Parts: sequence; structure tokens; C-alpha cells
Amino acid sequence: MIIAERKTFDEIKQIVGDAHKILIVGCGTCVAVCMAGGEKEVGILASLLRLDAKREGRELEIIETTVERQCDKEYLEPLAKKVSDADVVVSLACGAGVQFLAEMYDTKRVLPGLNTRFIGVAEHEGMWTQRCMACSDCILGETGGICPVTICPKGLLNGPCGGTNEGKCEVDNEKDCAWTLIYRRLEKTGGLNNIKKLFPPKRYDVQTKPGKVIHPAYEKGEGKAHE
Amino acid sequence: MNKKSFRETLESGEFTITAEVGPPKGTHIDEMFHHIDLLKDKVHALNVTDNQSSVMRISSLAVCQIIKDKGGEPILQMTCRDRNRLAQQSDLLGAHVLGIRNVLCLTGDYITVGDHPQAKPVFDLDSAQLIHMVKSLNEGKDIGGNELSGSTDFYIGATVTPESKPIEPQLLKFEKKIKAGARFFQTQAIYDIENFRRFMDYARKFDIKIMAGLVLLVSAGMAKYMNKNVPGIFVPDNLVDELASTEKGKGLAKGVEIAGRMIRQLREQKICDGVHIMAIGREGVIPEILAAAS
Repeated sequence: MIIAERKTFDEIKQIVGDAHKILIVGCGTCVAVCMAGGEKEVGILASLLRLDAKREGRELEIIETTVERQCDKEYLEPLAKKVSDADVVVSLACGAGVQFLAEMYDTKRVLPGLNTRFIGVAEHEGMWTQRCMACSDCILGETGGICPVTICPKGLLNGPCGGTNEGKCEVDNEKDCAWTLIYRRLEKTGGLNNIKKLFPPKRYDVQTKPGKVIHPAYEKGEGKAHE
Repeated sequence: MNKKSFRETLESGEFTITAEVGPPKGTHIDEMFHHIDLLKDKVHALNVTDNQSSVMRISSLAVCQIIKDKGGEPILQMTCRDRNRLAQQSDLLGAHVLGIRNVLCLTGDYITVGDHPQAKPVFDLDSAQLIHMVKSLNEGKDIGGNELSGSTDFYIGATVTPESKPIEPQLLKFEKKIKAGARFFQTQAIYDIENFRRFMDYARKFDIKIMAGLVLLVSAGMAKYMNKNVPGIFVPDNLVDELASTEKGKGLAKGVEIAGRMIRQLREQKICDGVHIMAIGREGVIPEILAAAS
């Protein structure tokens, strides 16, 4: 899932400026799970803003709402009334959700409340780690299910650099060296031959931005099948 | 008189010696000029580092040209950190037309360890792919498979860390570098000759030349620091003790003696094909090391 972190209160306070009526929109999917932008976090941010306004003697009205996901139009459409009543909208979705909301309500200032970090997993409670760069050309089948593009800071495809030390990474010795992990995993699963070949340079053409995927079933009526 | 080139020397089986020039950060080059003048005729070639330790400096290519102008032979170090495959290839073509014939292919340190931690790390290729790309240029094609109007003729070098722990993934990469086209290797610093001898027993299976890396030790503190903090470097206790028992102020002289002794042993016992001396800021004493080794 997508992992995000809330921006600092000071930054959010600064970008909302002197708005009197703020709509905070949470997102009930990835960012709710990683405790950054779900219903509960909408409540926390609203309370912080209210308290701050009260302390400064400012009038401030905050409307809280959380939708299933902000990356799907059907969940954004019902927000029309609330959005139109607000001076500004703070979206607690990932960057994709913020943009979709801003696109749908393009006469309103829609502001991001989070910094989107990465695609990752819940390593343990309250801690998430990055696992995928969305590189569009997956090689996990050859690397024992460990992604060197993501886990190695340099994204090396053909083995470790000279900075690896006792299985740790030169960039951060708290982190594991991706290539030591890959080697050890393939030793166990019998796939070391996979990585003896020279992997060619990564193809960056397949990840030219902005990406677009059309499901084969929808190819003919591009965009229309949804409607 | 036509001096034998670095490639000819190393390939002929003659014990070959290289040292290193670190380009300065800024345009004052007097000290570097001095080091080049001091070393160019005493070693077979001089490596020129490429934004060493991710710190922005004069380009390796420019300093290689300066070495050539002064009558020395440069080895262009090229990392994958700062340039994508287009920039690397165009620099390589440029290096070739300037008469630079040796290139050492490296991954490069990560960008956050240097003085521009916010810069974009490139790493479009890794070091094995870079080696393969240089080989391709030598064969008349760029990495995209496009024909070149005139190929390069580089002697392709790479690095290996014989003391890397664990060693297996390091050797996997070493063998890939050989398959990709590396002809000579300069190792990370080695201090334990017996460990290195074991590495060489294995490395001798391959048709390549290996130059042992030597970093000049100047104190027991430095040796201990490297053991603790520099991945892939192991200074054995006997050397640490030897440095520790050295009279105050004589550490550098002891380091010179140790380096000279090691070079002599590597050469006389034919353990490897040459040495690469990294004096890191003390290039001035390299002639003394060479004298101690003779």
C-alpha cells in the first residue's frame, strides 16, 4: 500500500492561511491503515487547528469527512456540497488523491496535508518500510522475491557495491544489504544461477511519466467503459 | 623514446605500480601539479578519482588531460553516481579522442555521504553494466546497439574487495565484472597478505591482472578506525601493534616502511601483478614508499 506521513502542523497551518472554513477530507484506504490520513487523523488535525485558532482568538469552522478512497471519482462526487461550502479543502490522501480531488473541484483550493512516502508494507505495528519502486519491469522472480531496485539505495542489479559490510548497507548500517539478502535467499531456494548472468541496464522508457494503464477488457472504449 | 604504456606493462607481466591523484575542490591546482610532477615518472599510471566520496571537485577527465600534458599516463575513474549512460558514453568518447586509454569502472559512493546530499543520485548503470558498456564502445557500438563512427580502445579496469564480508556476493559481482569485460582489477586496500594470498589463489583462475590496493597507514589510530568504520578493510593485529609501538611522530615513517615492505613481498613472491598506492593526501611520500620497496 501507499505509505504517507502527515505534514507538520506548522506547515499545514501556513498553507491554509486565514481560511475561516476548512474542509478536511480523509481517505479510508492506504493512508488510514498507515495512520496518516484516515478518519481518526482527520479528527486529530481538526482538533489541532481548532485549538490553535481558539488560542489566537480566530474564528474557524472545520468540517471533517472521510471517504472510502480519493483515487476513485465515485467517492469524490458526493463531496460537492461540502467542498463548495468551504474556503479551502485539506486532503489527507496520498498525492494521487489530492490531485483527483483538486481536479474534480477545480475552482477550489485543495491543499495536501500529507507527504506521500512510498509503496510499502507494515513491518510491525506502527512501522512501515518501502518495498516497491513501481519500476514497471519486475525482476523479483529472479532475485528471490527481494527487490534490489528498492532495497539497494543505488538500485544495483548485478550484486553488491564495495560498501557492504557484514550484510549491512554503507548508506545506513541499520539497513540490510539487498544483495546479501538476495544471495542468502537464493542459496536457500536454489536459484543462485539466476543472478550469475549480467542483468542488462534497467529500461527507463517503460516508466516514462505520467504512467497509464488500460485493462485489456476496456481497451476499445478507452475511458468510456467506466461510465 | 616510446615508453611502454600502462596496459603493455601490466599485460607483459612486469610488476606494475599505480598511484592516485584526487582532483581539488576549486581552481587552485598548484599542489596537484606538484604531485603529478613528482609521481608521473615514478609510477606506471595515475588514477584520477571521480568526485571522490561524493564530494564535488574538478572532473576526472580534465585532470587526466593535465596528466597527459605533463607526460604521465592517466587512468580515468568513472562512477555511475553522477551521470546517466548518455553522459558516461559521451565522456568516454571524449576521453578517447583526448588520448586517454585506461578507464576504471566503479559504482561510486552514495550521494548522501558527500557535500551535495540533496542532489539526485543517478546510478543509471551499475559498475558491471558500465564495464560492459565500455567494452561495447571498444567494439564499435554504443550501449543502445547503435554503430559508432570510430570505436574506442580502452583498457578496462574494475575494483574488488577481497576482504568483503560476506565474500560470496562480492565474488559473484567480481566474476560478472570479468565476464562483462574487465581486464584489470585494483583491489580495495589489503593488509593481511595471507588472506590476500587466498583470494589470489582463487582469482588466478581468471585471465585478468590484479593490482593490490594499499592505503598508507600513518598511525595505530587510523588502522583501528579503518577496521571499525571502513567496509572491506582489515588491518591485522600485528600491524596495529607495530604502529602502536612506534615512537611518537614517527607514524608516517613507519607507515612508509610497512607499505614498502608489503610491496616488496607482493612483488618478490609474485602474489599479484602490481600495486595501487592510495596515499590519501600524502602523495608526497610515495617516492619514499617506492624506495622502501626496492
